[in-house]
Amino acid sequence: MLIPHPLLGLRDAQEFTYLGDATLLNRPDPQSETADAAFHDYVYLRDNPAGVHRELWFHDAGDRSWLVVTRDTTTHEILGAELARDVKLGITA
Amino acid sequence: MAFSGFRVVKEALTGHKGWGPLWRNPEPQAQYDFIIIGGGGHGLATAYHLAKTYGKSRIAVLEKGWLGSGNIGRNTTIIRSNYLLPGNQPFYEFSMKLWENQEQDLNFNSMVSQRTIINLFHSDGQRDAYRRRGNAMHLSGAGGTLLSQHELREIAPFLNYDNARFPIKGGLRQERAGTARHDGVAWGYARAADRLGVDLIQNCEVTGFRIQAGKLQGVETTRGYIGAKKVGVAVAGSSSRVMAQAGIRLPIESHVLQAFVSEGLKPIIPGVITFGAGHFYVSQSDKGGLVFGGDIDGYNTYAQRGNLPVIEDVLEGGMALMPMLGRARLLRSWGGIMDMSMDGSPIIDRTEIEGLYLNAGWCYGGFKATPASGYTFAHLLATDTPHDTATAYRLDRFARGYVIDEKGVGAQPNLH
Amino acid sequence: MTRLSNGLIDRSSPLTFRFNGTRYQGYAGDTLASALLANGVQLVGRSFKYHRPRGIFSAGSEEPNALVTVGRDAQTEPNTRATMVELYDGLEAYSQNHVGPLSHDIMAINDLAAPFLSAGFYYKTFMWPKTFWEKLYEPMIRRAAGLGALSGLPDPASYDRGFLHPDLLIIGAGAAGLISALTAGRAGAHVVLADEDSRMGGRLLAEDGIIDGIPAIDWVKTTLDELRSLPNVRLMTRTTVFGAYDHGVYGAVERVSDHLAATNGQVRQTFWRFTAKRTILATGATERHIPFANNDRPGIMLAGAIRAYANRWGVSAQRKAHDRIAIFTNNDDGHRTADALSKKGLPVLAVIDARPDAKSLGHYQTFAGSYVSDTRGRKGVNTIEVTRDGQSQWLECGVLGVSGGWNPNVHLASHHRARPIWDNEKLCFLPSGAPVGMSIAGAARGQGTTTQALADGQHAATNALYELGLPVQSHPAPVANDEPSNVAPIWHMPSRKRAWVDFQNDVTVKDIKLSHQENMRAVEHLKRWTTLGMATDQGKTSNVTALAVMAELTSQTIPETGTTIFRPPYTPVSMAVLGGGDTGANFRPSRLTPTHEWAKSLGATFVEAGQWMRAQWYPRAGETHWRQSVDREAQAVRANVGICDVSTLGKIDVQGADAALFLDRIYSNTISTLKVGKTRYGLMLREDGQLYDDGTCACMAEGHYIVTTTTANAGAVFQRMEFARQCLWPELDVTLISTTDAWAQIAVAGPKSRQLLSRVVDEFDLSNTAFPFMSCTELTICNGLRARLFRISFSGELAYELAVPARYGAALMEYLMGKGADLGVTPYGTEALGVLRIEKGHATGNEITGQTTAAMLGLEKMVSTKKDSIGAIMSRRQGLASETRRLVGLVPIDTNDPVVAGSHLFTTTADQNLKNDQGWITSACYSPHINSAIGLAYLENGTDRFGEEIIAANPLEGQSIRLRVTSAHFIDPKGDRLRD
Repeated sequence: MLIPHPLLGLRDAQEFTYLGDATLLNRPDPQSETADAAFHDYVYLRDNPAGVHRELWFHDAGDRSWLVVTRDTTTHEILGAELARDVKLGITA
Repeated sequence: MAFSGFRVVKEALTGHKGWGPLWRNPEPQAQYDFIIIGGGGHGLATAYHLAKTYGKSRIAVLEKGWLGSGNIGRNTTIIRSNYLLPGNQPFYEFSMKLWENQEQDLNFNSMVSQRTIINLFHSDGQRDAYRRRGNAMHLSGAGGTLLSQHELREIAPFLNYDNARFPIKGGLRQERAGTARHDGVAWGYARAADRLGVDLIQNCEVTGFRIQAGKLQGVETTRGYIGAKKVGVAVAGSSSRVMAQAGIRLPIESHVLQAFVSEGLKPIIPGVITFGAGHFYVSQSDKGGLVFGGDIDGYNTYAQRGNLPVIEDVLEGGMALMPMLGRARLLRSWGGIMDMSMDGSPIIDRTEIEGLYLNAGWCYGGFKATPASGYTFAHLLATDTPHDTATAYRLDRFARGYVIDEKGVGAQPNLH
Repeated sequence: MTRLSNGLIDRSSPLTFRFNGTRYQGYAGDTLASALLANGVQLVGRSFKYHRPRGIFSAGSEEPNALVTVGRDAQTEPNTRATMVELYDGLEAYSQNHVGPLSHDIMAINDLAAPFLSAGFYYKTFMWPKTFWEKLYEPMIRRAAGLGALSGLPDPASYDRGFLHPDLLIIGAGAAGLISALTAGRAGAHVVLADEDSRMGGRLLAEDGIIDGIPAIDWVKTTLDELRSLPNVRLMTRTTVFGAYDHGVYGAVERVSDHLAATNGQVRQTFWRFTAKRTILATGATERHIPFANNDRPGIMLAGAIRAYANRWGVSAQRKAHDRIAIFTNNDDGHRTADALSKKGLPVLAVIDARPDAKSLGHYQTFAGSYVSDTRGRKGVNTIEVTRDGQSQWLECGVLGVSGGWNPNVHLASHHRARPIWDNEKLCFLPSGAPVGMSIAGAARGQGTTTQALADGQHAATNALYELGLPVQSHPAPVANDEPSNVAPIWHMPSRKRAWVDFQNDVTVKDIKLSHQENMRAVEHLKRWTTLGMATDQGKTSNVTALAVMAELTSQTIPETGTTIFRPPYTPVSMAVLGGGDTGANFRPSRLTPTHEWAKSLGATFVEAGQWMRAQWYPRAGETHWRQSVDREAQAVRANVGICDVSTLGKIDVQGADAALFLDRIYSNTISTLKVGKTRYGLMLREDGQLYDDGTCACMAEGHYIVTTTTANAGAVFQRMEFARQCLWPELDVTLISTTDAWAQIAVAGPKSRQLLSRVVDEFDLSNTAFPFMSCTELTICNGLRARLFRISFSGELAYELAVPARYGAALMEYLMGKGADLGVTPYGTEALGVLRIEKGHATGNEITGQTTAAMLGLEKMVSTKKDSIGAIMSRRQGLASETRRLVGLVPIDTNDPVVAGSHLFTTTADQNLKNDQGWITSACYSPHINSAIGLAYLENGTDRFGEEIIAANPLEGQSIRLRVTSAHFIDPKGDRLRD
């Protein structure tokens, strides 16, 4: 696979390591009264869709960026890639 | 009609006219007591045990494609009970005991071959971990032997002992482990279940659940609505997709595991061998093909195909471990979709919906579990209590903190 | 013996070769198959199951029968298709899968037993008695398994990998591929043209056609000359593109020197990864056959192959010059073979055409509406039975060509699991849903005449250029002289005898019928029940025919019956080349510590620690057992001073205004209260609450910290910290960089460590008051060398870790050795390090397994409840909070007994089973200070059980040892020494 790094262009997926669903950006509020349940869902439950999936890749053998890659899990077609930091901060390109 | 050597001879002499269908092609009925979704190994074994062991009737298996088209038909055929953790080991040992009577129970030769497995170790730390595991195996009656490098050289002289990046220091062997003919397992269960009156319905995809007031009524399918008192889902690889139709999210990701077979070669590899420092394991089938594999590709996918980096990784491991394989050729590679669970262990449990039961999360190790998975899932469906060997496989273990994490890598499925 | 006068062989280069020990002659340009045929050798192998005599069937990579073993000893290469082996001088090949000579295979008895060996027979028998499977039945079956044999010796060849990123990858260099390459090459595209053959031209090499008024062979030559002149075009022969992967990535293998008598230092094969912007699949088509009774005898071949041997290699497939050649066909292409052969003066018996309205296309007889209904000839066909309207006659015939039409080679187009589509006119599957970026041209998509292929190839290249944004020049496509072939849907000839569909695996029409009868009708059931299409040719000549037979049995159409799935590789690929040649010690890179060469010069023994090689111990003269060295090293640390390279520990530099806050969230304990110049031991949890890693965190300056990790987790911890920084809390002002490789870090441990260090540092007060336990600082040593000093201890002794830029590591080690000679300074390795930390009760990876909790180490207080950190919430789940096992020490009651890591713990009276299991021994060593073996263990409620006798059970090795539970801190439990 090739991943379109937003800063570096097309890079071989072998340069990256994969983490999982981009909902991992949304760590629950530890102070919340429902923190136990929220953390269970956050750590363990996944939509695991057959289709478009937003997911986290780390450019391990590259610039060490975490990316949010949008990819179709049935075709492996990549629909986009953003810096996870920008996604988290709400910065859109 | 029973299979036997006598019968094979008789049919051979009379032109094979007497062989009937291995199973019927029934039309779905309007209502069943039990519906098993998924005509793979686990689903078929569950239906068989419901009928045979628990004396139930009015059972149907609904299969989206053809019987055995799931991971039972695309794996590397290894059976073993060499686990570490108490949540797992008794279950897999129960499975091994069922394997040991498989042919006689099913009147079908699925070629269970206890040809041993050897897990190689390459450091003192790894040896200590294997010793701990080997002792857990002994404590559950599964047996095993810790082999020195010297002993290994006798058994597997073709391994790379003398010029290795990670020298082989020994291995943990389970004598009772081995392989079985994967398709034969599915067909054996299918035929036996059919003979007990189970309706095996192929080309019947479940498209939804009918649920009223938290209670399951039946399933919508591509062949119409079918009512059921209890529905068991055994669709590893697609568990998230199917359970989403009931509004249930699972601690599972779908990943692809590639597997490989070489051209047919005269027998050279004695049992199953796994490389402890590279991602590679291999056995040789009764037809002569080297059957091997390694890691999952590592990203969520439903595409049933993998990519080159893992192929290279697996073959690098193979060549590093067994340089004699160089002149063999890779014949075919394929990919199967795994239910990679969050702790690397399966789920056999009720769900929050009354009448809906789940058998899922087998990662890349479901094949060896087939007999016990079917048995214990049937037990749960029939009795509403977990089987003694499957009490740890609860869905709430994640919330309660009782995960069964053999590798100790935590809630990241691609590391299991 | 049957060599013709034409062909693309070099008659000035005769070559000798041996087959089964007999010496033969061929020419440069021959394949092993063409050379064997030229020598009148028809019988070359045996089938898998029935051991039927088999000959060469095809002229290409689809060959199911002519599999031979090439080479000897470590060079032995089994299952090699004779059709793909280029002849070289001295080549040695052997037939396979027979007991006794090839012509008198004892195993041919299986053929007589064939009625008992029907499809799936083994699933129905061999079940009684139970124990006989492993002991008798399976060994019997395995004796018959496989075709060729591996040598069992390491492959001595070398291999390579390569990477190319062409604009356009063209797979197949036949008419369509060549014109595509020419079109794209002229337009300036970077083109890779790859073909599995040794020579480009594809099917044009096997025909005698005309292109633009010149012989097609000359057109090929002219085209290749022009392509070679284009610097932007790379021509790769002997290169099989075996798989289509995601995003334009293709795997290919180039056979670099397999065809040479001597490799001349070249690698054997190269594994290429092509990353192509666009791809044109121009892989042509493969002829299929028509099953009829006894259709598997040597001498029965694909008609197109007979034509190819005659045209390209100047070989007739006859054994003797007067042997008559017949063609059995359902299409016009079969007639072309007859025409070509008759024009060469070969004795063509007739074309037997199943179509009632068939007409002759040349000067040969045609039996229209007829078919071959049986054959005879034990080791080669000698007579065929021709049937028309129920009337049969036997005719003498030495070669029978069969043509059932052509199947487009859609494989690579379907590697992404797209299903090809049936074309009811062309009677073949056409590609559909090809991978993104791939287009298909020529016979591979049913554009089978040369004229069509040329036009189609040019069209595909033009489209690709347009998509690449390159200029397109329009040339008229060349025109050839061939006509489309008419084909009739005639799939197999009825017979009560066996008619082979899959030759190698001996699957016959009867087997398909039985499969149908037993309700194994889905295509995948059919394949798996009968093993059809599972042989080394992966059903290239059999799958479509089998589908057609099943369709007939089920009264369905072929597309209703199913399609087959195409999986990589396209043809079998050497396992060694896919490994890329990184074998033996080069399997993975080795990371060497800054003091590696220095340690080597002292004769150190090294051990693999993950990616690293570390000094394990430093043997001295007179030491005959490793324990002597390790005991001495450990004792030197406790008595004097030892030095050890600990550079492999992960080092992460953390800086920024919010660094302290950030680290509070990373570590379970509090870091923000740490003062400048101080170091703190820290724990990291995973988000699921389990203990993940431990290490130290040193505050070097306001907003500047150095985090150390375990060697094993260095990369993963850094990745997790980057995750926290970028994905969880990007608003924090903090930056990270790994400095593991930048600094050499040397542990200086032992009561005399301060004395030694005082001789190294520049004007620095090392006194306990000025630089107490857990201090850290930047300083200079050795007259101005920048360094960092940490007063931390893994051994439990007064100890320091001194870090210098990595390139000074070895010099520092030597310097310390020199300065400390009078203090007894001793280098120590990982074994002594292990002894020292076990004696002190410090955890490593053996204890922090990813399945353990902070409380198990007695460190529950380090999981702060006053602040949030990764894993804090989940660590409070019931299953973790109720964990009762605790780290303890163990000593044997009989001091001569060993303590064995991996043993499980039981009370002295309990039955030893999983239910009574109370824990396990994590680490063990011999302690030269306790004078016995000692161990660390997790034991249920262990810290409440000091003094209790327990049993360490190791049934795996037949051991059961009585141990006493103690504190995990065998040495200096109060920690006076390290604070001294």
